[in-house]
Amino acid sequence: MDRFIFQLAFFTYIAATAGFLVNVITLRKDVERIATRILLAGLALHTVSILLRWLHGQHAPLVSFYDVFSFLAWSICAAFLLFQAGHKLKALGAFVSPVITVFMILSLMHPSQILPLPPALQSYWLPIHASISIVSYALLTLSFCISIMYLIQENQIKKKQLGAIFKRLPSLQVLDKMAEKCLKIGFPLLTIGIITGSIWAEQAWGSYWSWDPKETWSLITWFLYAALLHQRLTVGWRGRKSAYMTIIGYLTLLFTFIGVTYLLPGAHSYAT
Amino acid sequence: MPRKMAGAKDIVLLGVNHKTAPVEVREKLALSQVERPVSFVFESLPSCQEVVFLSTCNRVEIIAASMDTEMARDEIMEFWTKCSSLEPSIIEGCSYEHRGTSAIRHVFRVAASLDSMVVGEPQILGQLKDAYRMALEEGCSGQLLNKLMPKAFSVAKRIRTETRIANQAVSISYAAVALAKKIFGELTGKRAMLIGAGEMAELAAQHLKANGVEELVVANRTLSRALELSKALGGKAISLNELDDALIEADIVISSTGAPGTIIEKEQIRKIMRPRRHRLLFFIDIAVPRDIDPGVNDIDNVYLFDIDELKEVVEENKAERQKEAVKAERIIEAEVIKFQSWLRSLDVVPVIKGLQEKAEGIRKKELAKSLKHLKHLDEKDIKAVEKLTQSLVSKLLHDPIICLKKGADGQDRQQLLDTLTRLFRIDAVGQTVSLEDYMESKAKESKKTSSQNG
Repeated sequence: MDRFIFQLAFFTYIAATAGFLVNVITLRKDVERIATRILLAGLALHTVSILLRWLHGQHAPLVSFYDVFSFLAWSICAAFLLFQAGHKLKALGAFVSPVITVFMILSLMHPSQILPLPPALQSYWLPIHASISIVSYALLTLSFCISIMYLIQENQIKKKQLGAIFKRLPSLQVLDKMAEKCLKIGFPLLTIGIITGSIWAEQAWGSYWSWDPKETWSLITWFLYAALLHQRLTVGWRGRKSAYMTIIGYLTLLFTFIGVTYLLPGAHSYAT
Repeated sequence: MPRKMAGAKDIVLLGVNHKTAPVEVREKLALSQVERPVSFVFESLPSCQEVVFLSTCNRVEIIAASMDTEMARDEIMEFWTKCSSLEPSIIEGCSYEHRGTSAIRHVFRVAASLDSMVVGEPQILGQLKDAYRMALEEGCSGQLLNKLMPKAFSVAKRIRTETRIANQAVSISYAAVALAKKIFGELTGKRAMLIGAGEMAELAAQHLKANGVEELVVANRTLSRALELSKALGGKAISLNELDDALIEADIVISSTGAPGTIIEKEQIRKIMRPRRHRLLFFIDIAVPRDIDPGVNDIDNVYLFDIDELKEVVEENKAERQKEAVKAERIIEAEVIKFQSWLRSLDVVPVIKGLQEKAEGIRKKELAKSLKHLKHLDEKDIKAVEKLTQSLVSKLLHDPIICLKKGADGQDRQQLLDTLTRLFRIDAVGQTVSLEDYMESKAKESKKTSSQNG
């Protein structure tokens, strides 16, 4: 049942993505409104499927690849809708909704059965650590999308190509500010995610930090974002440099999130 | 030949604009010395019942409504010759004339800024509104122009919202402001700096201020000119020696000096980026030869547009506007047709009214005559006879009136009207009501009588 609703949510997201793309091409405001509503409907379906899954299993559905990709897509979607309710950043939907769709596809590519959790991991820290971390990833995803928009727009202006793309994207300063805003919320959450993870590790394995690959890469990612924010706040870094750093930080984050588990097995592997 | 029908008032428009007449001619016709030009024109044209006088730097037009457009035209020519002291042939040669449909179309096109020097520039609509308001205040406009002018305004508004004719910046200074908005988003709280005090820089600065730029600094070789301009624009003046410090503060820099070489170098800007905390910096170089090293554009967070690049933006936007203008012309054609059908209903009304009054007159007269001989009738019978005559008259007139209202077009319609007036020998009355107004008053009347009867 939860899987069926999940698939429904998936198709709803695809419809919303199509809507946002049509909106950015035709510049029709009503299409954007409709796409946003479709996305909201998808989020509602998605929420139901996650809750059903939670009821079925004995633990929070944040264990397998299927779970975490699904929850990441859910978080990006929720973060995007909340963000747009406040800021209404033009054309953002066309960049974010495909990312949501991609994570949904990644989720669907993994087996969805609920496996019993090893006793070591049965703790209330699981939902806390995993959900906070994934929500921080969602915000960093938004800042990544906005940075890409920034780089495209900046390139258009520098090259004096003031055509269709230039007209469709927001102004540079607004993009820069919004990317920063997402960073400023995402980074503290990332920090809390790492701290709660370390507390949980102490309870489960008896040590706060054991330098397993996941932990190491988390720290690298954290340092990258910390450096970026530091430079922004002290020296006034902004614009292209900051956008590139945001993208590098995000790629590192993706590696930590996905790549490490596949390539560098350790205690942190997701249940498969 | 039947005499000229009342109500057959038509629009006649004579004018000169930037395309047809040089400024020497336009300024002579502009009546800039006259205090209340529209009244003056109105009083000088006895054959025109309504007048609106439009005078802008690009055009002078007299829009009039007259029963006799031929005579009105001659009067306007005569009037212009008299008050401009130009040869009639000169005025004739560089003016245009529109009557009827073509005049309606022209007014709509002017209002929608399709006839402007820069197509789509919105000022003309405001000027036309002012001209109409003057005419209204001076009592120079009437039924016809009171319908035409507001209609022209609403057509202009419709075109503005339905096409993108006014969306593009088509002057250098507007293009600069539009670009600044794409870089900074909001311009409120931003600081602008002018280097050199040229006219175009001043214009751009005014646009920036109008869009929320708060601080303005003027740097000039001669401080006195800087002081003068900064005073006019409400800013602060500095000398060129203080440029580096001022550049640290500025967000938008418009440079237009007459210097022979560049006055702002790449290295100079690179150095100030750190003290600026890398805040975005937008340079607009409208000087020829250029004031700013083009390499400046390569520095992070610095954007430079020179005059040629801005011109290119403007040219693209102009082309876009031309495309939108085609859509606008289509809207205008549709509106002209609608307006015409309203206009057409005007000259039918007096004939219908005349016809009805004549019939009613005969009925009353004949009824009174007969009743004198029918003394034996009681109250009830008199009522019945009265009713009989009334229904006879209305039944008889019903078809001709319907025929008039539905109306044949053009030649046929005029013929029909002429024939009717001749056949029934009617004096057309009530030339100042439209069909709608007339129907409304009719409805009210019948309501009144019915309530009296009841």
